[in-house]
Amino acid sequence: MPERIVVPFGPQHPVLPEPIHLDLVLEDELVVDVVPSIGYIHRGLEQLVQKREFTEYVYVAERICGICSFMHAVAYCQGVEQIMGLEVPDRARYLRTIWSEYSRLHSHLLWLGLFADGMGFENLFMRSWQLRESVLDVLEDTTGGRVIQGTCKVGGVRRDIGQEKLDEIHRGLDSFEQQCLDLGDVFLNDETVKYRLQRLGIVGKDEAYALGAVGPTARASGVPVDIRETGYAAYGDLGFKPVVETAGDCYARCAVRVKEVYASIDLIRRAIDGIPEGPLDVKVKGTPDGEYFSRVEQPRGEVIHYLRGDGTKHLARARIRTPTLANIPMLVKMLPGAQLADVPVVVLSIDPCISCTER
Amino acid sequence: MTVNEEQTTISVALEDLLREVEALHADGYRLVQIGCTDIGGAYEINYSFDKDYRFKNLRLMVGPDIEVPSISGIYWGAFVYENETHDLFGIPVTGINIDFKGTFIKSGEKFPFSVTRSGGDRCRNA
Repeated sequence: MPERIVVPFGPQHPVLPEPIHLDLVLEDELVVDVVPSIGYIHRGLEQLVQKREFTEYVYVAERICGICSFMHAVAYCQGVEQIMGLEVPDRARYLRTIWSEYSRLHSHLLWLGLFADGMGFENLFMRSWQLRESVLDVLEDTTGGRVIQGTCKVGGVRRDIGQEKLDEIHRGLDSFEQQCLDLGDVFLNDETVKYRLQRLGIVGKDEAYALGAVGPTARASGVPVDIRETGYAAYGDLGFKPVVETAGDCYARCAVRVKEVYASIDLIRRAIDGIPEGPLDVKVKGTPDGEYFSRVEQPRGEVIHYLRGDGTKHLARARIRTPTLANIPMLVKMLPGAQLADVPVVVLSIDPCISCTER
Repeated sequence: MTVNEEQTTISVALEDLLREVEALHADGYRLVQIGCTDIGGAYEINYSFDKDYRFKNLRLMVGPDIEVPSISGIYWGAFVYENETHDLFGIPVTGINIDFKGTFIKSGEKFPFSVTRSGGDRCRNA
């Protein structure tokens, strides 16, 4: 009978420079149990809603996370708009979709690089981040910000993208797509990568659904849940279908993200083709009085901004349920059975965002 | 409106909570979140569920000293939300499958959102 020992993983670890702590219960090199711990950088941003006017809180929502930034702003604005009965102009809906998908590209390429780094594949890491740079260049070019865009506001968006720039982005997508296909080919078909990822950290469809998993983590286990299917922003016009894999292992989670990169490029292309002319925002009058659970599909999965207004300029409550929090039970289930050396890869496979979790 | 999602909210009594959650589980709903709101001296706890993008919300109203039964026996992953509810609001949740006993979210101030915390809440608006 092997002796059981507890090995602490984190809160700081080279593969995950964000403060999550895992107590790994090991029998020799085999993980048999795991106890997660968070809260090292809890910032109390939810309570800040009572000190900022509801229009100002967009800036706080954007700063919950540097990667899902734009989509936090969309979720928040969408919630306030729903409470106040505001109809966002069509052009603003399309621009929100374009920037959301660029944010997804930015996040997925960042993750693919980190994942390659976690596997010890330095060249693949650098190639992924090189491609991510071109995504950040487009975001900077169209919004002024590489990480925090600051373009989403209650009632619409602050900035437009001119037709000339849209055409330039559209043309640039062809070569960008080819580079992503080349990169994806390594992640999906390289034998070393497959050997490292397949049959590792397996969670089946029923278990993933029962655990409340979201995003690529759920879709890699065959659960076809993607909030973009509800048709928010312009997704209802673009005919979106989620990417689903069924193996439920680390390879499947990687494959979903690779294929979502291709899907995002396609969505951006169709959004540019279909973007209508018109105003960018509507005038916001009055104050929010009511409540709404606003749902948006972030790169890591479904995020929820529960907002409650009491008729004053401050909201009474903002409660933000981020995808990483929903995926922690999955992580606890997928680690037992893995070798200690595989723990970084398994942890990274849910794409943990502690910044979002510690809002 | 930017979205056209119907959201149903049903009020539940404390003694009916587990039965209602069990019914949703049997009907194939997934647990989306559990969130708490301070409503001035008491708490409102929202249990949110989803099935095929149909959003249902069970709403429980409790006083500050009332113990709330855990639903982690029905939805295993509920432990993250229930530990969070306890650690931020100080609400006693009984029978959680993985009970961190106040160490899941290590906030600088114990139970920062509690309505009964001594010394008042310095973060609130005057």
